Amino acid sequence: MSISQTTNSRSSTKGFVDHDNTEQPTDGRAPLVLNMHSFGEVTHQVCRVAENRPPMAWYVAFVICLSILGFLGFCVAYLIFTGVGVWGLNSPVMWAYDITNFVFWVGIGHAGTLISAILFLFRQKWRTGINRFAEAMTIFAVICAGLFPGIHVGRVWMAYWLFPIPNSMEMWPQFRSPLLWDVFAVGTYFTVSLVFWYVGMIPDLATLRDRAKGRFQQFAYGLASIGWVGSMRHWHRYEVAYLLLAALATPLVLSVHSVVSFDFAVSQVPGWHTTIFPPYFVAGAIFSGFAMVVSLAVPARELFGLKDLITLRHLDNMNKIILLTGCMVGYAYSMEFFIAWYSGAMYEKFAFVNRAFGQYWWAYWIMISCNVITPQLFWFKAVRTSIPLMFILSIFVNVGMWFERFVIIVSSLANDYLPSAWDKFVPTWVDIGTMVGAFGLFGTLFLLFCRYLPMIAIAEVKMVMPEANPHPHDGHDGHDGHDGHGVPSGGIPALREPRSTEDSL
Amino acid sequence: MTTISTKTPVSAGPMIDSSARIYGMMAEFETPAQITQAADKVRAAGYRFWDCHVPFPVHGLDKVMGIKRTMLPFFVLGAGTTGAIVGFCLQAFTNAESFSVWALVWVTGYPFLISGKPLMSVPAWIPIIFEFTILFSALSTAGFMLLLNGLPRLSHPLLANNRFRRATDDRFFIVIESRDPKFLRSKTEAFMRTLGAKHIEVVEDR
Repeated sequence: MSISQTTNSRSSTKGFVDHDNTEQPTDGRAPLVLNMHSFGEVTHQVCRVAENRPPMAWYVAFVICLSILGFLGFCVAYLIFTGVGVWGLNSPVMWAYDITNFVFWVGIGHAGTLISAILFLFRQKWRTGINRFAEAMTIFAVICAGLFPGIHVGRVWMAYWLFPIPNSMEMWPQFRSPLLWDVFAVGTYFTVSLVFWYVGMIPDLATLRDRAKGRFQQFAYGLASIGWVGSMRHWHRYEVAYLLLAALATPLVLSVHSVVSFDFAVSQVPGWHTTIFPPYFVAGAIFSGFAMVVSLAVPARELFGLKDLITLRHLDNMNKIILLTGCMVGYAYSMEFFIAWYSGAMYEKFAFVNRAFGQYWWAYWIMISCNVITPQLFWFKAVRTSIPLMFILSIFVNVGMWFERFVIIVSSLANDYLPSAWDKFVPTWVDIGTMVGAFGLFGTLFLLFCRYLPMIAIAEVKMVMPEANPHPHDGHDGHDGHDGHGVPSGGIPALREPRSTEDSL
Repeated sequence: MTTISTKTPVSAGPMIDSSARIYGMMAEFETPAQITQAADKVRAAGYRFWDCHVPFPVHGLDKVMGIKRTMLPFFVLGAGTTGAIVGFCLQAFTNAESFSVWALVWVTGYPFLISGKPLMSVPAWIPIIFEFTILFSALSTAGFMLLLNGLPRLSHPLLANNRFRRATDDRFFIVIESRDPKFLRSKTEAFMRTLGAKHIEVVEDR
């Protein structure tokens, strides 16, 4: 089949209609790629997003995000030129929106690494449809996260003190402090995620290079794809490298949010000094991250016509993970309360009662409603496969997880040991502007990514198509539409072993 | 470029310049199964400088081609160990006053005495040692993978070939390079005809 034939045979509705592929057939695998029977169609479906003019909605969204980003720039500049006093921080509540936003955004990032690394190690083939933009989401979320501690240090021109650089004071950072561990953990996380993302993208950038029409596109994609020619000898090392990166990113992602939770758990503030924090934070991070992936995937597949690649099955699976991690988070909330009571520590007990019924009671109950109660609707398949419902619920989870961090940070700080030292945190417009502005930064980066880079891992999606499974009987008469389930007999010895071990789900 | 077709002549490019050097011969296939079968034959014929160019890693093709397992994991192990040692030494040095090290300027450690805790508090260093290990390993994984693959490179003779553009899309290519000791244009061409390729072509070295 030639390229022109492929183009002509494509009906206009393709990729814009939902097909239900959530049932697990008893006689084989459920398809992960719908309505496509050749590799060329997959290439075209993904590349056209980067090659054609984007839909009007893209421009509208981009202008909105860019304006919000501009407002973020203004808020940050105002903060730097005036001082952190423009935020509503006060003497007991020295961390509030800034650190809430930091933890929120780092958490969002975790789903990307989970999808790209942990699901890869578990041979979950459905990850191929969503891993690329989930990884992009990770990187942009970590950029947003990194902004907040950066501007929170007060004198941002001294931010290099965070790093072990020889200086005229002859001092070094305090390596026993969790805040410094954070610098290394988040820095490593960003670097490794970036490397993982880029390595995964090299073959697809080569695809874009080979399809590019304009001189500039050829040059830019050519430079970015660093001379990839799809050599099998290269692929061999590439696959080993990809496995190694996945194996390295897996403990890393679990460590990052654990280290973030140490910022709180290692301190002695009631409500923070808890050993459950590392696993609880990691579960919460995955919970919020998957919600963000759903929030992004639903409009993206609609807008760019990618419904055949990001199918209902992918969304259904993600909603199941949201349900699972939501239950884990709910368990952690109740266990915190139990331990506060069981410990017999007066301050701990007070901290938790204060969370639910104190001055920030409303934040606590928003958190419980959005994180524990509404995700329970995902027990119903009708909800898991309903596009509008899952979008609304995923937004709820995002809101709830932001409030979780707010509750943990602010309610614990505002009312700690001495009642005479208590105070109330009220955000200023700069606090709110910076929080909203971070979404502008995130949105701008994400929209640029959708426009110029391969949104879906093209090579990996081809690998999970039945056509990718070589069996010698196909021979020279091979056509593109065969189902690939034939049993190989004879032919090449290396291909005789069955491939069933990694074919589940 | 001369086009030598087995069954269906697809395109007849301009005649090859006899003075141009030949990079190799290229055969085009349509399915993973076809290229796997053909690769088995090329290997059996004793060629050494040849390769398959495919849009995605075809399962089992590396075994058929006889590609040895890469040494990459050992390099990464070395880099990871280095990272752990660097992480430990950095923290040990910055907490010790006893000696100086030259890092552009002469620097000495600075002992933070906090509630009488020991300066060499190794358990508290574990997170940073861990992060260094992962960072060094991950960067070396990507770096050595590219290095061993001879990447990045800015040009490649195959990239000047128009048909080869589909190697990153939906076609599967076997290329036998002219530097192979067994390469003889007429013989290799005759051999490639037996592979059942859709198309065979000479690739110039430009």
